[in-house]
Amino acid sequence: MTTVTDQPTTTLKKGFVGQSIPRKEDRRLVQGKGTFFDDVRRHGMGYVHFVRSPYGHARIVSIDVSKALELEGVYGTITGDEVAIHTDPFFEMSVEPGGLIKDYALAVGRARHMGEPVAAVCAATRELARDAAELIEVEYDPLPVLVDAEEALKNEVVLHDDAGSNVVWSGVFDWGDVDTALAEADHVVKIDRLHFHRFSSTPLECAGALVEYDKGTGEWTLTCNHQMPGVGAIWMAPALRVGIDKLRFVTHDIGGGFGNKICLHPQYVVLCLMARKLGRPVQWTEWRTDQHTANAHGNERTFLDVEVGVRSDGEMTGFKVRALDDCGAFPRYEPLGCIIWAQVTPGMYSWRNIRVDFTQVCTNKSPVSPNRGYSRMQHLWLTERIVDIVASELGLDPVEVRKRNYVKTEQMPYETPNGCVYDSGDYAAALDIALDLIDHGSVEERRKEAAARGKLLGFGIGSTLDSGTNNFGQSTLLNPELQFSGNNEAASVKLDIFGEVVVTLGTVPQGQGHETTAAQVVADILGCSPDQVNVRRGHDTWFNSHAGFSGTYASQFAFTGLGAVKGAAELVREDMVQLAAAVLQAPVEAIELADGFARIKDGPPEAALPFMALGAIVNANNAFLPPEFNPTLNHRYVCRPYFGMVDTEKKTGQLTLTYATQIHAAIVEVDPETGEVDVVDYAAVDDCGVRINPQIVEGQVHGATAHAIGAALSEEFVYDEEGTLLTANFYDYHVPHAMDMPPLKTGAMESPSPVAPLGAKGMGEGGGGGIHCICAAIQDALRAAGGAIVYDSCNPPHRVWSMLQDVEKTRANVRVEAK
Amino acid sequence: MAEPVRSCVVALEINGEQVELEVPARRLLVHFIRDDLGLTGTHIGCDTGNCGACTIHLDGEPVKSCMALAVQADGGTITTVEGLSADGELTPLQQAFNAHHALQCGYCTPGMLMSASALLARNPRPTEDEVRYALQGNICRCTGYVNIVEAVVAAGGGA
Repeated sequence: MTTVTDQPTTTLKKGFVGQSIPRKEDRRLVQGKGTFFDDVRRHGMGYVHFVRSPYGHARIVSIDVSKALELEGVYGTITGDEVAIHTDPFFEMSVEPGGLIKDYALAVGRARHMGEPVAAVCAATRELARDAAELIEVEYDPLPVLVDAEEALKNEVVLHDDAGSNVVWSGVFDWGDVDTALAEADHVVKIDRLHFHRFSSTPLECAGALVEYDKGTGEWTLTCNHQMPGVGAIWMAPALRVGIDKLRFVTHDIGGGFGNKICLHPQYVVLCLMARKLGRPVQWTEWRTDQHTANAHGNERTFLDVEVGVRSDGEMTGFKVRALDDCGAFPRYEPLGCIIWAQVTPGMYSWRNIRVDFTQVCTNKSPVSPNRGYSRMQHLWLTERIVDIVASELGLDPVEVRKRNYVKTEQMPYETPNGCVYDSGDYAAALDIALDLIDHGSVEERRKEAAARGKLLGFGIGSTLDSGTNNFGQSTLLNPELQFSGNNEAASVKLDIFGEVVVTLGTVPQGQGHETTAAQVVADILGCSPDQVNVRRGHDTWFNSHAGFSGTYASQFAFTGLGAVKGAAELVREDMVQLAAAVLQAPVEAIELADGFARIKDGPPEAALPFMALGAIVNANNAFLPPEFNPTLNHRYVCRPYFGMVDTEKKTGQLTLTYATQIHAAIVEVDPETGEVDVVDYAAVDDCGVRINPQIVEGQVHGATAHAIGAALSEEFVYDEEGTLLTANFYDYHVPHAMDMPPLKTGAMESPSPVAPLGAKGMGEGGGGGIHCICAAIQDALRAAGGAIVYDSCNPPHRVWSMLQDVEKTRANVRVEAK
Repeated sequence: MAEPVRSCVVALEINGEQVELEVPARRLLVHFIRDDLGLTGTHIGCDTGNCGACTIHLDGEPVKSCMALAVQADGGTITTVEGLSADGELTPLQQAFNAHHALQCGYCTPGMLMSASALLARNPRPTEDEVRYALQGNICRCTGYVNIVEAVVAAGGGA
């Protein structure tokens, strides 16, 4: 691995922050001693299996569970009819018509996508539950199926009668003056259609939960892998007609999430009903095929009628587009994707005039859920496609045109046309590092060498932003009636009786190394080693260390999660210093915390108290402390980032707070005989401000790159016209294996965030940089074979081969009008 | 027609211990290991044999335990991830996974370790290409394999 750092780490040189200390989590995980939800057992627990619709769209005529109930060892069933009686539909975030959709925990009366749960059965063993599911007889009356978003707009088939339309949400975002910008441009480049495909990060651990109901208190405990319990509870509690205090979420280790474990509330509500109905713990572990067909896909988006204004010097003046988003059968987390993209409205470019006419529709496909890079990735793919199509059609150099249009480092902090503030960064410098890593100067020579072997070589860049620390107030730009704004995260830090430093997080890590990075931050503040800091694994509502937006999502742990940890640790530190000053009879300014002691700076060795002494005094031996002095050594802190209010008229505001930068560069070779694409050189440069743990940051860059390479070259949820998913498991949905991944070169810069508590920006989602740069590289490779335009974000061999066979078909999509 | 056999006694050695248990004849080996023996370090990531999270050693060979019935392991010798290191001391391979940040969520890790340790047993100093070839049956969704490959090469003493 190559790590290039062109600036020294800006954090405390002597501290643990900024060091690549090995992760604390690993010791248990490499020994098979982690605890994942499916590892947890309870006496008498039953296993749940869902009966799922084999049809993309069908009326449910009848459900007969009697034969299943006759089977010995079957504990009980639940059907949509019971769900409709015992629960209310989930809260919808959209205005009308989407807001009128009724979404229940099981299909009620109609199934709207293949794999939608229509009934659930609980039995003594996993095998028996599956057998029983086979015995549940469901009579369906198939209905016409919609798998195309543009077809859905016609409303000839309507999925949700309550809404009366397939449109969930629709609105126009218009910033600057795009008509004048296009009129005054020297060229207008028109692109009729671009398609961002449907895929998901498919975490290796499927979804699930063990749910216990306490009949005495009416409380449910969910030992689960939900990655955003705060918001999950907001959906579930009203549906179950209980207060939010009746839901306790517990997570231990989680086997990856990537956003795909945010919308688990429908299945969890069924489990809650089942546990209450049967009076026993119930457990459900999703099967891989079920995850692919019916858990969470990423948003599919079609961009229509793109028009871009370009001056003769290569400066782009703005663009307009119609964006059509396909959210599948139910909106669930949507329509938030209709606004989240606006965090990166102009991409990395200083474009001031942008109009986006955005519509989201339902189709008979799996519902979507936030997926790594959520909604921004789709939009950034558009901005990068715009740059590379403009460059190709006007004969501009893709490096130079980017540098001309990038927001400049001297413009930071930079306010976008819609009021977001890019906090720091130097995009051109990051691009230079990436170019250096892949030896950009040798591209033409390598192109000739590849051509001699019959291969088409291409080079491409992907410039992306990983925006972090969401302002939930942006939801009011979609629906002014919503009562969401701001953000928050909590943490507690305490010093216990024998000197133990214990940290509890509100976040819900799924591999991001929070136990390690939180320990690094606390160790620096309290003057001890990260080994002495016990960061409790996972999330527990009963820790009381969570807040309304608790979770791990939207690249924000470095800001909100660690901000809360820092705040709580500083309060404990203040207690420790005051206590030591009182005991050692010294002024507080004379006290330092170091090496696990509170001591008098430059004082005699005996003028030092071990943490154990401080913990013991406060927790167990405190009678001598005066009444007015009450250090607790136990503090909860809520990090509440400040955003200000959004302007719902102008649709502007600070939609997020930090912007990590990623520049990816790839060199690919296309086999013209087969359409196969081989990534032969690859570099990813990341600038997330201060890196708390550079090794963990680099690991996130690797992972995001792998997801992007998989998405760009093979991963696609493909439906046939009847709404059957054709890629429902890892045979047909090919994720990268070790042999598929090219060697990755990584580089790093540090442009500290001026707004984040530690100067560290959230990172990890990655903005889909690999998708953008591989699309660009394929298009560059195809120049020598007629100049096809890459119009889809997924380019498996058959699609590339088709582009090579019918170049004109792809080119008919694009026109240049000179003024 | 004779009634099908519905349950079988399975006797085997696992991580150095003898076990004997009557289980349903159709029980998968991975469910036998996880649910009946409580060795939950072995994971399940798919239902088609693609992901390798369930990889164990059966009679010294790496095997995907979701692709075998428990009864097929009768009389065999099994090692799972829990049996890799004695007394909590990490093996050089486990240490290398920690030092090289070769795991994030840790869900694929047990299967990776079992495939990698089988490789190292037959080829103590594998090259990067050999490691990638040996691990192609194990899916990781977090790391992009970069650090996993680095860790296995390092555990073999390679650079």
